[in-house]
Amino acid sequence: MAVKKFVVGNFDDEAVLFPAVKKVRRAGYKIHDVFTPFPIHGLDHAMGLRDTSLHTAGFIYGITGTTTAVSFITWALTIDWQLNFGGKPFFSLPAWIPITFELTVLFAAVGMVLTFCYLCQLAPFVKKDHFNPRSTDDTFVMALECTEKTNEAEAISFLQSIGAKEVKVDYKETGWWLGRYDKDTKRFEKKAEAVH
Amino acid sequence: MALLRYESQVRPPLVDGNKDYHQVTEDICRPVEAKPSKLWWMGFLISVALLIFGIVSVTMEVIYGTGQWNLNKTIGWGWDITNFVWWVGIGHAGTLISAILLLFRQGWRTGVNRAAEAMTIFAVMCAGQFPIWHMGRVWNAFFVLPYANTRGPLWVNFNSPLLWDVFAISTYFTVSLLFWYSGLLPDLATLRDRAKEKWRKAFYGVAAFGWTGSTKHWQRHEALSLVLAGLSTPLVLSVHTIVSFDFATSVVPGWHTTIFPPYFVAGAIFSGFAMVQTLLLVTRKVLALEDYITIEHIEVMNKVIVLTGSIVGIAYLTELFMAWYSHVDYEWFAFKENRLSLSSPYGWSYWLMMGCNVLSPQIFWFRKMRRNLLVTFFMSILVNIGMWFERFVIIVTSVYRDYLPSAWSTYYTPTIWEVGFYMGTFGLFFTCYFLFSKFFPVIALAEIKHILKRSGENYKEKMDEVEKETTDEFGNKHGHDHGA
Repeated sequence: MAVKKFVVGNFDDEAVLFPAVKKVRRAGYKIHDVFTPFPIHGLDHAMGLRDTSLHTAGFIYGITGTTTAVSFITWALTIDWQLNFGGKPFFSLPAWIPITFELTVLFAAVGMVLTFCYLCQLAPFVKKDHFNPRSTDDTFVMALECTEKTNEAEAISFLQSIGAKEVKVDYKETGWWLGRYDKDTKRFEKKAEAVH
Repeated sequence: MALLRYESQVRPPLVDGNKDYHQVTEDICRPVEAKPSKLWWMGFLISVALLIFGIVSVTMEVIYGTGQWNLNKTIGWGWDITNFVWWVGIGHAGTLISAILLLFRQGWRTGVNRAAEAMTIFAVMCAGQFPIWHMGRVWNAFFVLPYANTRGPLWVNFNSPLLWDVFAISTYFTVSLLFWYSGLLPDLATLRDRAKEKWRKAFYGVAAFGWTGSTKHWQRHEALSLVLAGLSTPLVLSVHTIVSFDFATSVVPGWHTTIFPPYFVAGAIFSGFAMVQTLLLVTRKVLALEDYITIEHIEVMNKVIVLTGSIVGIAYLTELFMAWYSHVDYEWFAFKENRLSLSSPYGWSYWLMMGCNVLSPQIFWFRKMRRNLLVTFFMSILVNIGMWFERFVIIVTSVYRDYLPSAWSTYYTPTIWEVGFYMGTFGLFFTCYFLFSKFFPVIALAEIKHILKRSGENYKEKMDEVEKETTDEFGNKHGHDHGA
């Protein structure tokens, strides 16, 4: 990831944003991302994003939990140390259902949350560049990536014509770095020269 | 072309007043950003005092052993396990609101889910204390975990409901915490971006995990919430089912019944909603959030209370009927002599339970009562008392008279340290809740914004014009293309 140049348009209504997204794509601009204060259903499709596979991951984590529980308990109670509980069979599967179920849920939930954090690059002390701090309040922010072919003035006036309230050109870091929000830290700071 | 029609005019608005997105942010962040009020300090200090009382009580128990409690032979489970079941039950309403109502697409959950989920987490934390300290030699508590030990390894008994409980409660706590915190991330980012003080920027900067509100992230966030809700729904039912197995799989008269799982789950939701009412009635008033936790929310929750209260009532009558109909002498004795009979030592607690849980919630058949805040508050306390006594009745009246009359116990009253432990969990619960209401938004910001244009009062008023439009006109104006 690196610092890139963007044309940033701010919208104050999702009803304006939706048609704008479609028009921008039709006009051939590349949408870097749209930042919204709350989830807007259908916006991902309008932007042409593919569906997330997080569900599938969750399913895989879940069955991992199921097999872990069943195989471990089977091994522990039938092979490793057979214990006679009231003359019941060593392999007493029905009595293991509760723990099997709990571990299925536990594995699925923990795995999914960790995957979610990994995919979205979310973790404590992670810092990212903001296009507009009000995008977590009431502003819908659309960032168009500038390439060599992009005519910025044209892009700005185009965004204004489709309803953006405030448009500007900005340089932003697209990746993440470790930093604090109360300090102005950048990802690639010049390291101090070693003193000889 | 998929169209999202505005919500029917018949439904009352879920957000009162003339709000836009920014106003929602302002209203909900205000209590977090303002200095804590005197009331907050008072409540917080009282909670901390209770917590200290609890810590002292538990310390006494650890030093001198469970003999500090008035448990005896045959009452091996007294206040401690009663309190455990009571606290776990309270947690259930939070998960019901956040998970089950999400699956049922109930818009009103958005106003109350954040606080209810927090309540769940704190309640489960309190619940967990009881079985842990009840172990007596608490430094050996890790023996319940299936780790490779030097005793064989001798594994834990995977066939035992008590071990199922270990897994159920710890899974429940973990999943609730993850669900709650993943929902909080966007709102913490809002607080971070509004922050002016240095410590706030640093604190919420760390807490928000670097959330930006990117569309892709929202897409995954929605998927995550939905699946976590789908996982939490059977989870919450399993948790109280397993708690009820602690009793139902034994052969103690009064415990050995097959209806325990649904009966316990209904009771859990019942008591949980009562606790949500108690907390939210105070929260909305103190933090001035009446526009978001409206009288409609209160009324809907009262409807849940009367429904689940009646289910619990039917369960009481069913087990009573079955005790008689089964012709099992011991079972019928437990019910007739230990519970029903007012002249028996604990007869009063059975009727107190009946009065609080079955009779009193019937008042909520009346709309006027459902919408009366004072009545609701009073009732929520009554139900919590009643549900505490339900667990007390189940536990103590079943074990104090054994199969062997010579072993019948003397009257069991708790010692000061047992009461102190219980009070201490109140301290823990409210200390956590006060801190939560001070440092976190008690209402899910992003979720309120999500329903604002459907269910906000000022948007609903405009709906008459909207409804005059034809579907095509409406679609051109508000719709969006899913293909594109």
